[in-house]
Amino acid sequence: MTEPTVGAPGQPTAQTAGLASGGAGSRRFRGARNYLALIPFHLYLAVFLILPTLIVAIGALTTKDGRPTLDNVSVLFTDPTIVDAFVYSIQLSIATAIAGAVLGGLLAWAVARGKPNGLLRQFVIAASGVLAQFGGVMLAFAFLAAFGFNGLVTIFLRDTLHLDLLTDATWIYGFAGLTIVYTYFQIPLMLIVFLPSLDGLRQEWYDASASLGGSSGSFWRHVGGPILAPSFLGALLLLFTNAFSAYATAAALISQGSPLATLQIAASLQSEVVVGRENVGKALALGMIVIVSVVMVIYALIQRRASRWVR
Amino acid sequence: MTASPGAPLSAAAPSGGALVARPKGVGGGRRASPLQRSGRIAILVVVIGYLGLPLFAMLEFSTRGNYGSRSLDSYAAMLNNQDLIDGVTTSLQIAVLTVVGMLLLLVPTMVWTVVRVPRMRRVVEFLCLLPLAIPAIVLVVGIGPIYRWMGQHLGAVGASPLTLAFIDIVLCLPFAYRAIDSSLRSIDSATLADASRSLGAGWPRTIFQVILPNIRAGVLSASVLAIALVLGEYTISSLLSFNTLQVAIYLLGGRDPFISVAVSLSALVFAFILLIVIARVGGGGRRDQREVEEPAT
Amino acid sequence: MTVASPAIASNGHGVGVTFEDMHRWYGSVHALNGLSIDIAPGEFIALLGPSGCGKTTALRALGGLDEVDQGRILVGGKDVTNVPTNKRNMGIVFQAYSLFPNMTARDNVAYGLRLRGVDTAARKKKAEEMLELVGLGAQASRYPHQMSGGQQQRVALARALAIEPSVLLLDEPLSALDAKVRRGLREEIRRIQIMIGITTLFVTHDQEEALAMGDRVGVMSAGRLEQIAAPTELYDRPKTRFVAEFVGLTNRIPGTAASGSVTILGTNVPLLDGSANSGPVFALVRPENIRVVATQDGSARVVAVSFLGSLCRAQVTLPDETLVVAQMSASEAGDLQPGTSVRVSVLPSPVFAVAD
Repeated sequence: MTEPTVGAPGQPTAQTAGLASGGAGSRRFRGARNYLALIPFHLYLAVFLILPTLIVAIGALTTKDGRPTLDNVSVLFTDPTIVDAFVYSIQLSIATAIAGAVLGGLLAWAVARGKPNGLLRQFVIAASGVLAQFGGVMLAFAFLAAFGFNGLVTIFLRDTLHLDLLTDATWIYGFAGLTIVYTYFQIPLMLIVFLPSLDGLRQEWYDASASLGGSSGSFWRHVGGPILAPSFLGALLLLFTNAFSAYATAAALISQGSPLATLQIAASLQSEVVVGRENVGKALALGMIVIVSVVMVIYALIQRRASRWVR
Repeated sequence: MTASPGAPLSAAAPSGGALVARPKGVGGGRRASPLQRSGRIAILVVVIGYLGLPLFAMLEFSTRGNYGSRSLDSYAAMLNNQDLIDGVTTSLQIAVLTVVGMLLLLVPTMVWTVVRVPRMRRVVEFLCLLPLAIPAIVLVVGIGPIYRWMGQHLGAVGASPLTLAFIDIVLCLPFAYRAIDSSLRSIDSATLADASRSLGAGWPRTIFQVILPNIRAGVLSASVLAIALVLGEYTISSLLSFNTLQVAIYLLGGRDPFISVAVSLSALVFAFILLIVIARVGGGGRRDQREVEEPAT
Repeated sequence: MTVASPAIASNGHGVGVTFEDMHRWYGSVHALNGLSIDIAPGEFIALLGPSGCGKTTALRALGGLDEVDQGRILVGGKDVTNVPTNKRNMGIVFQAYSLFPNMTARDNVAYGLRLRGVDTAARKKKAEEMLELVGLGAQASRYPHQMSGGQQQRVALARALAIEPSVLLLDEPLSALDAKVRRGLREEIRRIQIMIGITTLFVTHDQEEALAMGDRVGVMSAGRLEQIAAPTELYDRPKTRFVAEFVGLTNRIPGTAASGSVTILGTNVPLLDGSANSGPVFALVRPENIRVVATQDGSARVVAVSFLGSLCRAQVTLPDETLVVAQMSASEAGDLQPGTSVRVSVLPSPVFAVAD
């Protein structure tokens, strides 16, 4: 209860000088000065992020001589190799996004159910932090060490179980193989992105549902599922982007041809420049930017919706 | 490592993702049905098995000796391979530069937006998450001309692999931002700054002595993520023809798969240990505080 | 708030609840230490105590949310100790955040009915009736994040009552709300509870709430029940030192005890059972039992005066430097000012005394 004490005399309020944006006269000047401190950051990004993007975008839309043209972009839709590569990339990304989301989501659930400060949780989170970045060359070699011609699993199957399944190691460069390899770094990423949402499921909701007569199933069907759906979807999109943008893993595994979009881009950088198609590489890059941006925008919209509920 | 160049580890996840977040649930005391318990164990076994198999295979592969024996020759050879050593050294140097550059660029800017110019917070956040939409493979296409310019006009420095730090800083922005932002939010830095200022401190002192020490966890987390990113970066290094760790591993893979697998495993273990150490050091204090605050029943 | 005729039928006289010698350990902490309580049908029991005393553990055990290591819980004569939560048919209102954020108020309230197979139209009607009962008929289509804390708790109450539970459990439901909302809502909860006649267990750390709402109030400390009695009895005749010091404001005034009474500030006052009863003691005297009169040459001095609307509290220093708080009506406070010299005496109501 608040009791206004009549006893001791009140203290004058402390001067809060410096908190407000300064005196009347210098206010506008002080305000502008505040923005100065942010210049280095923006300048840096302008040079190393915005500029390259502009170079790509402008290059994609101009010829070698600098005249505007849509020829480069149209190649994206007419050249069958390129179209196939993009389609294949999208298919692979969708497949690994779903696989990663489901497996990673289950893993996250298993971890969330455990002790908040337990060893399992700490270990899995730390491992995920490393493994999510563990793509590329190292991952490719790891899978070759397991499933390659001389791989552990291949040899095990051949010698111990007499199943000569994997000796033809080219399966690892096919759709199934790539899916399995890509999913490897999708799962940890899913864990890291999705676990906070699971943690955000309040114990009270579960208890309330139980007290009202609900089983575990009813809780997930009516409460948990709907609440998690936006985050799950968002994570799925993130995983899609992740796979679509991946280059290093594919580069390390696939030595012939460029069946994926990212490999096409790399090829355009490294190979001999065909006359008339100097800027196709930039068009490819622009195509990637467009696809990824669209997905990221949808993701951002979903995120905003999801945060409304789980405060 | 960046097969996932924009790998938004903690980037897009609310509250900085699992690497920085702390669980709120009550946890214990609840009855778990046997079905739930066995389901949980099954999931853990399957998924962790899936994740662990290639790692185990790497270990097995890299320790193969002659005639079926085990040997550490690959690991010994790893320490003698000059290309590899060059690659590691270069990558470590780039990592240091990246961490320093990232912190110098990001921390003052972020603190400033929280404490002085809240209106710009959205802008800075957007810019930091932009690299997610512009993956490394795309970035390298557009960065070519810039690097050519640097090579021509900045002499030896401009042509050295250390310039990769410039791009790596951009690549690590999404995660670094989330990690630091999460820390800033959790300590209500605006109020701390107000308190410090009302007691008479100037801005430099407020930032360095009041705010920075309290966002240690986020800064550490961001730094570790940056190091992991640099050590694992292949896309830009290879396409710009620089010899970094991943490039060296790749080239070595063609000639001697055993050593390259040994190196890969070592790099992984190193990053893992680093992450655990940092997580304990940075997050330990915070956890104790939370336990004190939890009201007992 | 208009109180419509109760849409839910009163279950006759409610059911009785019994805690039988309950024990619960959390690691090495003995959270419940032989707790035994008998709750009569339709009774409103408030469990009061500081953090960690075990009151919430007791409530959660009754609701089936936590296990009991030893002892039994009986509801309506039946042993429910091993019955899972979702079969106990109890309404639980949590401290905060228990509404399902993805559902409107109506859907939240209807949730329990939905699980019981009630058809859509019927449960919609029932949900709206319950929301009317708690005064939120107009908010039925709102989502939790669009409501204030007080409104959310009302919806939580409606939701708990919609399933016509045998027992109502409230776990510090008002603690997260601000003072004014808290007072209004507690009166409503009590009014609804009386109207429906449901057996209720209410847990709180706020004394005023406990004393205002409970038919009986149980004071807990360190897993044990110190005393359970009607509010007035708890207040006027505490049985243990803990209860005497925990409930209400007390002043520690030095005095001398002998043969069942204690002499404080010149007045002989009877001692309550359980007190320290010989030699120098500290008597625990309520502020309203301290008389303060302004005199020219009084031995005590007023330090501060607080105006509380209908009451005044005065802090007074006794000659031996003891600081006491006295309570009186505003008119009695009259001309008391900081510095006024006064004479302090004590009314002869029985007191609890402690040795240190």
